[in-house]
Amino acid sequence: MKRLTGFWAFTLLLVLLPIVFPDNYYVTVVGGTALMNAILAVGLNLLMGYAGQISLGHAAFFGIGAYASAILTTRYGWNPWPAMSAGLALTGVLAFLVARPILRLKGHYLAMATLGLGIIVHIILVQTEGLTGGPDGLSDIPGLAIFGWAVDSDLRWYIVMAVTLLLVLWLALNIIASRSGRALRALHGSEIAAEMMGIDTTATKTGVFVIAALSASLAGSLFAHQQSFISPDSFSFFFSIELVTMVVLGGMASTFGAIFGAVVLTFLPELLVVFEDYEVMIFGAILMLMMIFLPQGLFVSGQQLLRRLLARRATGTAKEGSHGAA
Amino acid sequence: MNIRKTLSALAMGTLLGLGALHQALAAEPIKIGSFLAVTGPASFLGDPELKTLQMYVDEINGKGGVDGRQIELVHYDTGGSPKKAVNFVKRLIQKDKVDVIVGGSTSGSTLAVMPLVAKARIPFISLAGSVKIVVPPQKWTFKMPHTDAMAAAKIFGDMKKRGITKVALISGSGGFGKSGRAQSLKLAPQYGIEIVADESYGKKDTDMTAQLAKIRDSGAQAILNFGFGTGPAIVTKNVRQLGIDLPLYQSHGVASKKFIELAGDAAEGVRLPAAALLVADQLPDSDPQKPVLLAYKNKFEAKYGPVSTFGGHAYDGLFIALEAIDRANSTDKEKVRDEIEKTKGFIGTGGIYNMSPQDHLGLDLSAFKMLEIRNGDWTIVE
Amino acid sequence: MFDQILQFLLTGVTVGATYALVALGFAIIYNASDVVNFAQGEFVMMGAMSAVALSAGDGGLPLLPSLALAVLITIGVGILLQRFAIAPAHGASVVTTIIITIGASIFLRGVALLLWGKDIFALPHFSGETPLHIGNATLLPQNLWVMGGAALMVIGVHLFFNHTTQGKAILACACNRTAASLVGINVGMMMLVAYGLSAFLGAMAGILVTPITFTSYDAGVMLGLKGFSAAILGGMGNPMGAVAGGLLLGLIESLAAGLISSGYKDAIGFVILLLVLFFRPSGLFGRASAERV
Repeated sequence: MKRLTGFWAFTLLLVLLPIVFPDNYYVTVVGGTALMNAILAVGLNLLMGYAGQISLGHAAFFGIGAYASAILTTRYGWNPWPAMSAGLALTGVLAFLVARPILRLKGHYLAMATLGLGIIVHIILVQTEGLTGGPDGLSDIPGLAIFGWAVDSDLRWYIVMAVTLLLVLWLALNIIASRSGRALRALHGSEIAAEMMGIDTTATKTGVFVIAALSASLAGSLFAHQQSFISPDSFSFFFSIELVTMVVLGGMASTFGAIFGAVVLTFLPELLVVFEDYEVMIFGAILMLMMIFLPQGLFVSGQQLLRRLLARRATGTAKEGSHGAA
Repeated sequence: MNIRKTLSALAMGTLLGLGALHQALAAEPIKIGSFLAVTGPASFLGDPELKTLQMYVDEINGKGGVDGRQIELVHYDTGGSPKKAVNFVKRLIQKDKVDVIVGGSTSGSTLAVMPLVAKARIPFISLAGSVKIVVPPQKWTFKMPHTDAMAAAKIFGDMKKRGITKVALISGSGGFGKSGRAQSLKLAPQYGIEIVADESYGKKDTDMTAQLAKIRDSGAQAILNFGFGTGPAIVTKNVRQLGIDLPLYQSHGVASKKFIELAGDAAEGVRLPAAALLVADQLPDSDPQKPVLLAYKNKFEAKYGPVSTFGGHAYDGLFIALEAIDRANSTDKEKVRDEIEKTKGFIGTGGIYNMSPQDHLGLDLSAFKMLEIRNGDWTIVE
Repeated sequence: MFDQILQFLLTGVTVGATYALVALGFAIIYNASDVVNFAQGEFVMMGAMSAVALSAGDGGLPLLPSLALAVLITIGVGILLQRFAIAPAHGASVVTTIIITIGASIFLRGVALLLWGKDIFALPHFSGETPLHIGNATLLPQNLWVMGGAALMVIGVHLFFNHTTQGKAILACACNRTAASLVGINVGMMMLVAYGLSAFLGAMAGILVTPITFTSYDAGVMLGLKGFSAAILGGMGNPMGAVAGGLLLGLIESLAAGLISSGYKDAIGFVILLLVLFFRPSGLFGRASAERV
């Protein structure tokens, strides 16, 4: 049960936050956004952190989920739930189809291919006005209701996002601990070595790619229902890069690191608004400095630091003890 | 802070009676919230808008505020992102507890926050262009700039006068260009105009000669470009480079001196619909807008440099909101909203506003002037 | 129809020449240090914006000195970037360096925003704006400047890498840093040269195209993206491949805009890029890389 300690602690934190700070803008609104970003980051982290495959086009799957929900509910009058499922199915099929040719690529070529994929999807969203409403987007997307419980306040959306994140997190932690998870980690180390051990690397990579895409699609559907308006701007390649930054900032190959990165990157602009025109420069500088000095990511480096401190204190007390004895 | 205010109000109330209590409460500042694209691709909208708001809020406060109440401006930079706009508007409503919102430089961010504004029941005056914002009218949202549909109508009207029936359309792929394109395609038949070419270009494209070479051979009698930023200036230059000798119309998206500066000689003869602000000094003295326009123009230019019509929208929005608060004699959101809707004969930089429950813009085509660029300056051609 | 095609080709080559210069900058840094520098587009912007700032107004410098100074400033920025952002992170993973350079690009944009504001600026054309006619197709003298300047710099870079000790030393660093330093190459110095050279190419691109395309503090984003695409299309490991990729991407976009759909031209460019990668995973002219075990 030890490997799930973090999960339960995190669950407790999510439950306590809105109780301790009820009706707090930073908890329900910004926190809700952070949780949604965390869903995306946890999925992407599976792909990037564990399978070692970079994706600079993750916003595409987020967008496909959002638009599937928005189009089916507003234009065809579907109920949100089947619409969301249709979005997931569509994303799954698409991700599966592109996974094989794309994941054959390596390093920067893979980065480019995923970036290109994201941009193509974005252009299609902008250009097919008849369906997507073009750059002006789609309005009047209905809200969600769960067995009659209407998700109509920031607090309720916080709860929905938190529950979804916990589900995705649970899934991710189990995948990582499973046999295929171990295969994933092997992959990150060396693909050839993994193959030598009899792991079907292509199937594993494809599987992870699809799972990452599905979690993005799910987050997209929720986003559409929460905002009740979506436009292509929210799914541009800038957002893809933001997502990658979340994963790397927190610490690659650390699921909680990805969540931490998502939280930091969601809150940072909120805090930086006071700097007005200096905001862009400061944001860039923070990003650079953090990656230069903490290349392992904030969360992972923080963990290491904490461990080292604890170790030092332990040896320190041991020494004191021996002094006393002498 | 609030507690202290309330306490001092109570203390004064007991000392000086109810009249003084009323005074002390009234001294609570009026909070105007704003979210603008001060940075990012639409910063040419958000930047002058913010400067205008700050300039006038300072001035009004210096003169003692509205009804003896100071004005507090709370603003956030969205960078043009609708996602950020949504959270910042929630912040304005929940955390800053503003009384009215004036902002939303781009149509995307305005449309994104409209559901929120309606739910929070707070009056919102948008500074964005799309006709979708006010058609159909939504109870809590108003808007200041002329719509893209009006720009298209004004242009087609002018073309009709010149006997032009075949038009080549080129537009930017951003929200402004796309929306303008859609309105143009919709309105053209009403003016007996056929769109013979329909091309587009990306926000940061650097050369449109490929699209224009096609337009050259399309048999068009005039070219219409909907876009903003560098695009329209490049289109203008490319048209001249290709030796295309057709009348070129731009939209109100280029209504700033910057466009003439960038396009240089190629801008000669370009026509565009724009608010009278650009040609304030050329208006006859009998024009009721003239004093307002000159006052705004002189004030802005003394502090920041050449005016654009975009900053003017912020002026209009701010004063329509403040006058409504003044008339309502309170910041009760429902009352202020009702008063904004009753705005009649407000002389702003964009035109003379006459709002109604059916019309949350309150401008008609007369608010637009058809301008032509001659000798590097604007000239009225009607 | 023929005139149209000719116009599309001319447009494609001009736009492509810009992409080629940016792509070349990507390839040089990549070859020297294995880093994809997402701030390459910002070099272009820095060159253009500082030239504008230096030559602007009544107290401004004449055009030529301000251009020269702008190039020097940008080279300085490139060297500082290497020294203070890339070098300290030596040994970091590919993704980490990507984020560092993205951070650097945002930072440079922020600096430009503060220094020069959000306006759009232009530079004067070097030799007038009277279009030149080839049949019914036209191009501007500045287009020739862009193409000629790009060609000269590409040849220069080619000679540098293949016929000078310094150039060969940089390539040696790329192959194997340890071995390079063992044979007495000052690896740190070579890295600075590589970044300086990339920044130089970026600044030159910015100065050459700004009379036609204008510039602003955020003009580097799109150029960086297109340059990266071009470098990948041609093959990152091969600087001349990157140049070919740039020209090709320019031509594809212009022909797609003219013959198929201007709304989808960028998408068509990326679809072709993806197809190329599916069949040649290291780009058109890149060498297939063997994975190290």
